Amino acid sequence: MNIVVCVKQVPDTEAPIRIKPDGSGIDEMGLNLVMNYYDEHATEAGLRLKEQFGGTVTLIAAGPERTKEALRTGLAMGADEAMLITGPGLEQSDHLGMARVLAAAIKALPHDLVICGKLSTDDNASIVGPALAELLGLPQATAIAHLEVDASATTALVHREVEGGVEILEVPLPALLTVERSLNEPRYPSLPGIMKAKRKEIKTSTSTDQKVAASSRLTKLVPPPKRQAGRVIEADADKAVAEIVAFLKNDAKVL
Amino acid sequence: MANDVWVVVEHESGQPKKISLELLGRAGQLALALGGKAVAFVPGRDVSAVARALGPYGADIVYTAQDPLLEPYTADAQTQVVGEALRKEQPTLVLIGSTAQGRDYAPRLAARLGAAIVTDCASLEVDNSSLVATRPMYTRKAIGTVMYASEGIRIAVVLPAVYPVPQADPKRTAEVRAMRIPLDAKQIRTKVHEVQAIKRETVPLTEADVIVSGGRGLRGPENFALLDALAKALGAAVGSSRPPVDSGWVPHDYEIGQTGKTVSPQVYLACGISGAPQHLAGMSGSKHIVAINKDPNAPIFQLADLGIVGDLFEILPKLTEAVKKAKGGNRD
Repeated sequence: MNIVVCVKQVPDTEAPIRIKPDGSGIDEMGLNLVMNYYDEHATEAGLRLKEQFGGTVTLIAAGPERTKEALRTGLAMGADEAMLITGPGLEQSDHLGMARVLAAAIKALPHDLVICGKLSTDDNASIVGPALAELLGLPQATAIAHLEVDASATTALVHREVEGGVEILEVPLPALLTVERSLNEPRYPSLPGIMKAKRKEIKTSTSTDQKVAASSRLTKLVPPPKRQAGRVIEADADKAVAEIVAFLKNDAKVL
Repeated sequence: MANDVWVVVEHESGQPKKISLELLGRAGQLALALGGKAVAFVPGRDVSAVARALGPYGADIVYTAQDPLLEPYTADAQTQVVGEALRKEQPTLVLIGSTAQGRDYAPRLAARLGAAIVTDCASLEVDNSSLVATRPMYTRKAIGTVMYASEGIRIAVVLPAVYPVPQADPKRTAEVRAMRIPLDAKQIRTKVHEVQAIKRETVPLTEADVIVSGGRGLRGPENFALLDALAKALGAAVGSSRPPVDSGWVPHDYEIGQTGKTVSPQVYLACGISGAPQHLAGMSGSKHIVAINKDPNAPIFQLADLGIVGDLFEILPKLTEAVKKAKGGNRD
């Protein structure tokens, strides 16, 4: 089975971010950049299918040169190949432009499954996956929490969390899947894996997409409004209940 | 028409969903600013009852697209039908709820039409004839302002509970027009085996005005019954921070935070939740926050409007009784 996993490099979510004074974006100085953790789950899903069916796992990313570090994380986990698409237009591109660049590259690769994280933790947009499915002409299943591929590797049975329930969906291959955190537990890269990943060549190509002109653009980034701490009181149960009920009635007006 | 604002309506059991009514209210205001009409588009098997319900909430025109192949929902059928309708009518803006369905098909639809798309919109304004959205980014550590290009159809996937459900005007009616959009079973490649309802007596998290949420301080799965009882009395949903999910006390769909759901209810009642950044990423947009925690230094108190340092095992049962009494009192 030929599996393509899309990868993005993002700021480590555990660390604070600094917004540039002019609000044009975030300050990357000293920022720890890592593989988007949903993409770790996507890579893990690909590796498990490879273990079950044989084949290859190819990682693909579009972004600046530094993105190679995130690709090496996936190689160290066990992926076979990695490709990076760079290009001067990518920084101005919006998510649809990014999906177009990825689609052009993936079309040239054999692919039974394309797997993406359900979102990336920088833009939180969750656009690229389904947009990529459309551009590749593939059926899709997004935010999957369970995945089984039948023995003949012709269909995937997935579970998707929907409001108030779980949707059980059958998707014929080739297909595009985006994955939820609860799908699996990503493996840690092994030491030999890390050594091998360091030596591995990452194929780099330059996107010549002339249509990356963005249909939407970020004009300002600000910290979220600071919430004022309200009243904090130490109270026994009766006083606490009286306070909460009064708050629900008078302030929140839900009682 | 070119200045119209559309809402793609989600519905269940012949009723429009709350998110769709919220969007319809906003669509009316934006249509006014843009000089167009508020249009509701209702795809489904039999949507006549849903279509009739939308005029009172502000729709000027309701388009229906009825086809048995539209239920159960699939991305293929939905993209085909909504896409063809948009190609034909070319509205300037389309509002779609940020729900399991909306997040699934809206980006696919945008790619098909080459339309601009912004997801997770927490506000949507017309500013000097430009359309501007704000949205949480970097796991809610920042709020981004995004400006749409002015050409063509624009799609906004809007978070639930950011706009109020408009007051229904029973005298108001909308013109209902049936649209015929060809849909072939062969175009639907995926097959829904079933949608297993998760049996729960409380409201779904994404539709709740009030959320009662529990953390490590609940000490065990059995104590979530305390939250269930309070939630039932309040008409609220039950959620959790990450530790109860990781410990297997509650299923993953309870989780609110960076790795779970983002919610913004009227009231968020955090019980035994310390307030780790990973949790705050999912709930700091709530209108009102009440926290109960035995640790006076818990970070959650830095953003709670009302913080109670106390024993939740004593407080919760009494609070449930008091809420029942208050609700019963209102009915008299």
